[in-house]
Amino acid sequence: MNTLIFRTIGPFLVAIMLVFSVFVTLRGHNEPGGGFIGGLIAASAIAIYGMSSGVATVRRALRVNPIAIAGAGAALSGIAGFASLAFEAPFMTGLWAIAEIGGYEINVSSPMVFDIGVYLVVLGTISAVALALEDDGGED
Amino acid sequence: MDLSLDIAIAMVAIVPFLAAAVAPFIHRVAGAATGWVLAIVPATIFVFLWGFVGPVSEGRFVSAGIDWVPSYGLTLSFFVDGLALMFALAISGIGTFILIYSGSYLKGHPHQGRFLAFITAFMGAMLGLVLSDNVLGLFLFWELTSVTSFLLIGFDHGREKARRAAIQAIVVTGAGGLALLLAALLLNRLFGVWDISAMIGSGLDLRGHGAYGLVLGLVLLAAFTKSAQFPFHFWLPNAMEAPTPVSAFLHSATMVQGGVYLLARTTPLLGGTDAWFVILVTFGGFTLIWGALAAIRQTDMKQMLAQTTLASLGLLVLLIGLGTEAAFLAMALYFIAHALYKAGLFLTVGIIDHGTGTKDITRLGGLRDPMTATFMAAILGGLGMIGLPPLVSYIAKEEMYLALASGDPLSLAILLVLVVGNGLLAAVGLAIMIRPFMGPLRETPHPPHEGDVASLSGPLVFGTIGVLGGIAAVWLGESLVAPAASSIANVAYESHIKLIVDPRSVLFWLSILTWAVAGLAYWRLDALRAGLQRLAAAPRWSFDQGFDAVMFGLVRGAAALTRLLHHGRLELYLVVFFIALAVALLAPLYLLDGLPALPPMPDLTFYEWGVMAVAVAGVVTVVVARRRLFAILALGIQGLAIALLFMLFGAPDLAFTQFMVEILSVVILTLVMTRLRLDHEDPRPLEDFARDGMIALLCGVGVTLLMLRVVSLPFEDRLSAFFATYSAEIAHGRNIVNVILVDFRGLDTLGEISVVMAAGIAILALIRSQKRPAPPEQPLVAPSGDASRSAP
Repeated sequence: MNTLIFRTIGPFLVAIMLVFSVFVTLRGHNEPGGGFIGGLIAASAIAIYGMSSGVATVRRALRVNPIAIAGAGAALSGIAGFASLAFEAPFMTGLWAIAEIGGYEINVSSPMVFDIGVYLVVLGTISAVALALEDDGGED
Repeated sequence: MDLSLDIAIAMVAIVPFLAAAVAPFIHRVAGAATGWVLAIVPATIFVFLWGFVGPVSEGRFVSAGIDWVPSYGLTLSFFVDGLALMFALAISGIGTFILIYSGSYLKGHPHQGRFLAFITAFMGAMLGLVLSDNVLGLFLFWELTSVTSFLLIGFDHGREKARRAAIQAIVVTGAGGLALLLAALLLNRLFGVWDISAMIGSGLDLRGHGAYGLVLGLVLLAAFTKSAQFPFHFWLPNAMEAPTPVSAFLHSATMVQGGVYLLARTTPLLGGTDAWFVILVTFGGFTLIWGALAAIRQTDMKQMLAQTTLASLGLLVLLIGLGTEAAFLAMALYFIAHALYKAGLFLTVGIIDHGTGTKDITRLGGLRDPMTATFMAAILGGLGMIGLPPLVSYIAKEEMYLALASGDPLSLAILLVLVVGNGLLAAVGLAIMIRPFMGPLRETPHPPHEGDVASLSGPLVFGTIGVLGGIAAVWLGESLVAPAASSIANVAYESHIKLIVDPRSVLFWLSILTWAVAGLAYWRLDALRAGLQRLAAAPRWSFDQGFDAVMFGLVRGAAALTRLLHHGRLELYLVVFFIALAVALLAPLYLLDGLPALPPMPDLTFYEWGVMAVAVAGVVTVVVARRRLFAILALGIQGLAIALLFMLFGAPDLAFTQFMVEILSVVILTLVMTRLRLDHEDPRPLEDFARDGMIALLCGVGVTLLMLRVVSLPFEDRLSAFFATYSAEIAHGRNIVNVILVDFRGLDTLGEISVVMAAGIAILALIRSQKRPAPPEQPLVAPSGDASRSAP
C-alpha cells in the first residue's frame, strides 16, 4: 500500500476530499449531501492520510484527539438544539437568520449548526476508529 | 393558608437537612460543643410545633405545602393533626437530647462531625415522614430514613458486623419501601389524589374495593419491614451495631415507629376489616412474645433493650389492629411512654458501657455508688418499663387492658398475651435497673466513672417527663393522646384518661398480675435465660441465617444466569442473534398468514439488470471466496451495486451515503483483519458451513418476504406529502432527506450521533485495552445503521 505514488498524491487527495466534504455538508439542506455524508467523506480522507503518511503524522496534523472532535460535535448539536430555548421556542425548533454578504444571501440557521455537529461526530468517531486500527496493526 | 406558614412547616422537614450539610463544618469550629449547637435545631422545631398543640387539641388541623413538581400537579404537602404532632414532638424532643448526648458520647471520634450530620439528616427525614400528607412525599422521606439508618448503622464501617447489619437493614427496609411506593401509586390510581387527607375525606370506601387486598398487603409489607415485625424482625437486633445514640433514637423511639405510624395513618382507609384485625393482632402479638422472650435470653443490655423494642413494636401493632377507642388511646399513650423510657434506657446503657467498658449484665454489679446519677436514670427508665404509677406507662398499660375488658374469649386470649408480654418486659426493666447497680462492686474493663451532664441530661429529662406526664395525665390525654387517637380513627374522641389507682377495678388487678409475672420472671431470670438460650440454640436455622441464604442465593443465581447468557463466545452470540432475527421475521408472517404473493416480473432496462447482476455476482463471490480479502472486496462490490440501484431509482442521498459506507467498511474490515492477524483463508468444517448457511438463508428469506409483504400494501403517502409540502416552506430546505434528519426528526439524529460516538469510544477502548489484538465488531454496525435511517 505504501507505494511512492500513493504517498505522494495522498496528501493532495486528502486536501481535496476535506474541502469537498465541507462543500457537501453545507449544501446539504437543498441538494444531496449533509453532515452525515460529509463526515463520512472527511473520515475517509483521514483514513487515506493515515495510510499514506503514517498515523503519527495524521495525529500531529489533527492536533486534537479525533474522539474529542466527535465530543465537540455532539456538544455543538446539543447546543444548537438548546438555542431555541432562548427564544422561548421548544427544544430543537429551527432558527433562521438570512444575512446578505456582497449580494449573496447566506442562510444561517440552527439546523445548519446542528448538521455541522453531525459532521464532526461522524468525522471524529470514524477517523478515531480507523486511526486506532491503523496505529500498530497496519502495514506502516 | 398563608404562605409563611406553608414555608415554616416545610422548613421543619428541610432545616435539619441544611443543618446536616453544615454539621461537619460546625464540628470543625465548635469541637466537642457541636452537639449542644446542633441541638438548637430540634429544640426550635419542638417549640414551634408545641404551638400547634392547642389548636390541634381543639380538633383543628393544619395543612400546608410547597410546590414540588407543578407540571405534574405534585405538591410537597404537609399535614399537622394529632397523630403527626405526637410523632413530630417525640422526634424533635428526643432528638434534641440525642444530639447533646452524641456530642459527649463520641467525643474525640475522628468522624464525629459526619455522625452528627447523619443523625441530623435522619431527624429531618423522620419529621418529613410523619408530617407528609402527600403519599409520594411520605415515600420519599420513608426512603430517606432507611438510607440515613443505613449510614448510621454502618457508621463504624471498619467492622464487618456493622457493615453487614447496615446492608441487612437497608435491604429489608428498602424492600418495604418499594412496597410502599407501589401502594402509594395504587392509592393514587384509586382515589385520583396524592394527599392522604384528601383520600380519607373522599368518601370512597376502599374496604369493599377489589384492590383492597393488594393495597393492604403492600402497606403491611412496608410497615412490618420498617417496624421489624415477625418475620422481618431479625434486622433490628443486628442494627444495634450502631453507636448507642442511634439505637436510642432510630431503632427504638423513632425510625422503627415509622411502620407503626404508617399503620395508624392508613387505619381510616384500610382498617376495620377482619383481615386487618387478624393480621395485625396475630403478628403483633407474636412479635410481642417473641421479642420479650428473646430479650430475657440476652446478656448484652443493648441487645436486651433491642429485643424489648421488638416486643413493644408488636404491642403497638396489636393495639392498632384491635381498632377500638380504648385501643387507639392506649396506642398513643404507649407510644409516648415507650419513646421516653426506651430512649432513656438506651442512653443509660450507653453511659454504663462508656463508663465501665462493658454492657454485659452478668459482668456488672454495685455501680450505685460510683454512678449514682446513672442509677437514678436507670430507675426512672426501668420503672417506665415496669409501668408503675404514677408514670405514663402505667396509664398506658391500664388503658390497653381496658381495651380488652369485654370478657369474650378472644379478648381474654389477647389479654393473656398482653399480660405475659408486659410482665416479661417489666422483668427486663427490673433486671436493667437493679442488676448493674446493686450487689457488690464487680471488676470491669476500666474503673467505673460517672457520665457527664451532656449524657445524663437526656435519660434524666425523659424519665422526669415520664413521671410528670403521668401526674398530668388529664392534660396529656386531652392535648396529645386523644387528638392522636382521633386522627387514627378519624372520629373525634373525648379523652377519659386520668391517673387512678383503684383497687376495686379489675384493671388494677391485671396490673398486679403483670407485676407478679415480672417478679416471677426476674426471680428465676438466670434459669429462664439459660433455658431460653438452649431453646434458641436447638434449631440449626435462624431468620438471620435465612437472610444470608437468600442474599447468597441471589448472588449465585445472578452469577449462574450471567454465565449462561454471557458466555463470551462471540460466534454463539451471533448465532443466537440471527436465529432470533429469523424467527422474528418468519414466525409472524407464517402464523398470521401474511405470506405475500409473488410479484410480477418487473420491467427493467438492460443496465438496471446489469447492476443487479453485479450485486448478485458480488454476493455469490462472498460465499464461495476462499480468501478473506477477496470476500471483503466482493462484499464491497455488492454494496456499491446496491448504491448504484439507489441512484438509478432516485435516491441520491441514500446512494451517496451507501457509497461512503461501503468504502469505509471495506477499509475498516481490512484493517481489522490485518490487525487480528487472521489467516488469509477461512476454512470451516462442513457442519459450521451448513449451520451458518442455513441461518443466513432463513434471515435472507425472512427479510425478502417481509419487504414483499410491505410493498404489497397500499402506499401510505401522508408523511411523504407532508414533508414534500412543508420541507421548503417551514424548514427552508429543498433536500427533504436532510431536512428530516436535521430538523423534523432532529431529536432522533441527536440520539443517533450520541450512539455513534458512544460506539466509537467503546471500540477505541476495545482496541486499546488489550495488548493482544482485539476484535472490534461494531464499526460496520454504527454507520450502516445510520445509512438505513437516511431513507424515510
